[in-house]
Amino acid sequence: MAGRLLKGVAALAVAGGAAGWWLTAPEPLPADHLAGLTGDAAAGERVFIAAGCGSCHTAPDAEAGQGLPILAGGQRFETDFGTFVAPNISTDPNHGIGGWSDMDLANAVQRGVSPGGAHYYPAFPYTAYARAGRQDIADLIAYMRTLPADATPSQPHDITFPFNVRRSLGGWKTLFRNEDWVVTGNLDSQVERGRYLVEALGHCGECHTPRNALGGLDRGNWLAGAVNPDGEGRIPDITPEGLGWSAPDISAYLESGFTPEFDTAGGTMVSVIKNTSRLSVQDRDAIAAYLVALP
Amino acid sequence: MKRLATAITVLSLTGLGTTAVAESHVDPAIAGAMKARQAHMQLYAHNIGVLGGMARERIAYDADAASAAASNIAALSQLDQSTYWPEGSDNSVEGSKALPAIWENLDDVMSMSEDLVMAAAAMEDAAGQGLGALKGAMGGLGGACGACHEDYRESDD
Repeated sequence: MAGRLLKGVAALAVAGGAAGWWLTAPEPLPADHLAGLTGDAAAGERVFIAAGCGSCHTAPDAEAGQGLPILAGGQRFETDFGTFVAPNISTDPNHGIGGWSDMDLANAVQRGVSPGGAHYYPAFPYTAYARAGRQDIADLIAYMRTLPADATPSQPHDITFPFNVRRSLGGWKTLFRNEDWVVTGNLDSQVERGRYLVEALGHCGECHTPRNALGGLDRGNWLAGAVNPDGEGRIPDITPEGLGWSAPDISAYLESGFTPEFDTAGGTMVSVIKNTSRLSVQDRDAIAAYLVALP
Repeated sequence: MKRLATAITVLSLTGLGTTAVAESHVDPAIAGAMKARQAHMQLYAHNIGVLGGMARERIAYDADAASAAASNIAALSQLDQSTYWPEGSDNSVEGSKALPAIWENLDDVMSMSEDLVMAAAAMEDAAGQGLGALKGAMGGLGGACGACHEDYRESDD
């Protein structure tokens, strides 16, 4: 009873805020964001793997790594805000993204804005992808256009009030979208590459960093572990203090899924390992170098 | 105001996180089964550690030692575990990370267990055939372990 009352009070507070944010409109990318760039599909596949797109957008029963990914959507993510259902982003012209322009895709991935100008929920990690390089986005788009079409309709999310008021996401973005790098200072080129893979494409902070009550990332506790956003238990602290693994340990884990004690990855990290095992060894080493260099 | 709302919501979330209250009186039969299966997992980890140490080239490849470890894993994979997993030994019990989904999807769990038997047999064939063969069988073995941990073990730090 007390818990329900507290939640009610919190919901009202959020609703009050939501009303105040009503006028916050989507902010698309500048129209020349992709100007002069030619996408390379082969390079785009590497971006797709590093960004983990297939982990959420393939069908729930799809087997990873067998043939081209079919991005039919349908996986359900049960969170404190309700249930999100990953949409179809295959090349189907009606149910997927086949009819979208390159800028429609870039705005979706980097600004969380739909072709119709609506805000996407940040279950889609566009706040991390916002840090991606323009060439990588052009390459990713070129690759996505080579993938099979699937005519499965996208399912609606099942989000509770007040979070189902999409317009309020404009306010969420104003409060929590932050394209600056979390780790700054003089970084060598390997750590800088690792930062790009962790903070931009890999969106590791989405699960490994705690969130405040409104779902904004707590950058002061970057990668310090959090409640599991989609299920039971906790997501581990992967700061040097919390994890205590060497860089070679981390790199080997990202390749094989075996911890230094030869336990294995579990939960959603299993699908992450399916991606990181396909990165180059240089990229896995770069992620490891970044993680052990965290302040 | 925002700080108050945040504090309240954080409190309510924290409350949710601890609904699986530690049970002070765990049924000895349940506790014993949990100990048995955790020991079984530990035996896997120890033997995989021998193979993994070689695969990562931290210890020298030794065909006999590799074969022995792989044979242990293959033997472990075939033991009957039916009494290790009594109903009521899910993660509502302190010390258990077994998700209730195990008991709702026993056919799937058993099919994954058969995949592990096959991956362990492949490693048993490969382990004594050189470091390259051993490395080649590690992915299948790790995948078989991870497949079950993906769906049926609670995330933990």
